[in-house]
Amino acid sequence: MKTIILGVIGSDCHAVGNKILNHVFTKEGFNVINIGVLSPQEDFISAAIETNADAILVSSLYGHGEIDCRGLREKCDESGLKGILLYVGGNLVVGKQNWEETKGKFIKMGFDRVYPPGSDPMTAVADLRKDLNIV
Amino acid sequence: MKGYLLIDFGSTYTKLTAVDIENEEIIAAAKDITTVDSDIMIGFNKAYDKINSILKEKKIEIEYIKKLACSSAAGGLKMVAIGLVPELTAEAAKRAALGAGARVIKVYSFQLSKKEVEEIKDSNLDIILLAGGTDGGNKECIIHNAKMLTEAGVNLPIVVAGNKSAADQVEDILKDGNIYYRVCDNVMPKLNHLNVEPAREIIRDIFMKKIVQAKGMNTAEKYINGILMPTPAAVLTAGRVLSEGSEDSEGISDLMIIDIGGATTDVHSLADGEPTKPGVTLRGLEEPYAKRTVEGDLGMRYSSMSLLEACGKKKIKKYLYYKELDIEKECKRRRQDIRMVPENQEETDFDEAMAKAATEVSMERHVGVIENTYTPMGVVFSQTGKDLTKIKYLIGTGGVLVHSDNPKEILKAGLFSMEEPNYLKPEKPKLLLDKYYILSAMGLLAEEDKNLAIRLMKKYLVEI
Repeated sequence: MKTIILGVIGSDCHAVGNKILNHVFTKEGFNVINIGVLSPQEDFISAAIETNADAILVSSLYGHGEIDCRGLREKCDESGLKGILLYVGGNLVVGKQNWEETKGKFIKMGFDRVYPPGSDPMTAVADLRKDLNIV
Repeated sequence: MKGYLLIDFGSTYTKLTAVDIENEEIIAAAKDITTVDSDIMIGFNKAYDKINSILKEKKIEIEYIKKLACSSAAGGLKMVAIGLVPELTAEAAKRAALGAGARVIKVYSFQLSKKEVEEIKDSNLDIILLAGGTDGGNKECIIHNAKMLTEAGVNLPIVVAGNKSAADQVEDILKDGNIYYRVCDNVMPKLNHLNVEPAREIIRDIFMKKIVQAKGMNTAEKYINGILMPTPAAVLTAGRVLSEGSEDSEGISDLMIIDIGGATTDVHSLADGEPTKPGVTLRGLEEPYAKRTVEGDLGMRYSSMSLLEACGKKKIKKYLYYKELDIEKECKRRRQDIRMVPENQEETDFDEAMAKAATEVSMERHVGVIENTYTPMGVVFSQTGKDLTKIKYLIGTGGVLVHSDNPKEILKAGLFSMEEPNYLKPEKPKLLLDKYYILSAMGLLAEEDKNLAIRLMKKYLVEI
């Protein structure tokens, strides 16, 4: 069973979406380690080290995702999690900005997949299966 | 009549307590200097003679059905805890060791280096607790660390309480290295879930079977029925039965114990510590219901200089009545003469000011902290550690409290204060004093007769 870390980053306390994702990924056969809301970058990394996780899934719904997620990839590299899958999704930026531009920013930050508001969780499930070579 | 003899081989004093079973009374108590360097029985016999003369005076003849002991003599139980991430398995391992009554010399995290292993080898330890990885999680770290310890020839008992998926490999490594080891359930089986009881039990078992002997205390075992546990574990056990109660005797619910000693200040809490206010998110590693913290830098004698460093002159001065006393000089004096007993008002005042500072700081370090985070949705509160604001009882023990004319004021220094409202200290607990020094003895008694221990504590812990 593949282990994934799930959480809402930064000073963001949107708990409902987090619960839904937890439910979906568990049902789809993943070992979900949910660190919940208000989670700093370090908590994602510590949890991934201790549980030997295969991917980190970051949610951000309050518009400050760009600031909160900056440097996460570098910190993962530094902590011995080189190459771990990083996904991010939610209301990543404030207001109606061009999605492709926003996506580009996060890809440049080192995220493997970026999801816009209103994405179906099953899209991420399918991507994760593909990226982790689960048939 | 029938009774129990309960013995605490302390670091300085060997304390004996005789309990009358039929009348549910403590009939005699005595102490003498602990003599672990020569023969531990010399000090014991001196105290035992004192007990006998008290009994003779009272014209009581007693037949002891059990003689039980706990010990913190010869340095107590010294351990190191090894884990993976400092805030996670390393912290969980530390909490397990503390709960078993150990002195945790140092906590190590991630893969051990040669230098660290040498340090462990040289640090005069009793037991190593080796953790790392959640069940099914990281295996490399604990396997690496087991190899490092074996290769360096660390000849100490090792308790393995890490990732179960790595346990077999770790076992093989330790077996090949001829190391005495015991494997138990993971201290952190799932992320942020704490499981300290199995490791605590194993540590206690090794203490009983091996450490007592290694410290040359086995001569005592001919005369008594066993040194069951380290003294701090006995205090924690006493607190636990008093809090939870038994089938026949009701417990007094959530409580805390503060034990101010010469070298350390121990704080115990028996409470789940869930948030008491609505809308508070709990963060971080789960807390044990029975939690013990030890402040090695807060003590009345041996650690008086480190107490000064930790609390600062300002804090001690705040509690002093004789403000003109030279704080540094007074602390130094106590460090040099660890048997010093205060003989005048000024000396007593200074001791009590130290005790108040130790109480304030040790409680601060034990309890949880509430933090507010400003978010676009307004302020949200998150709590790390235990919320102990609503606990019902705070029990004080240790020489300075027991001998003080005003123990209430010392305990009050540990309560919730609006000056620092983010520390979740008890707000309005009833204050109890362990006036007859019975807590460790009651922890031992609870192993044999929980009901009797609870009733005696209710009788002999006095409200102040």
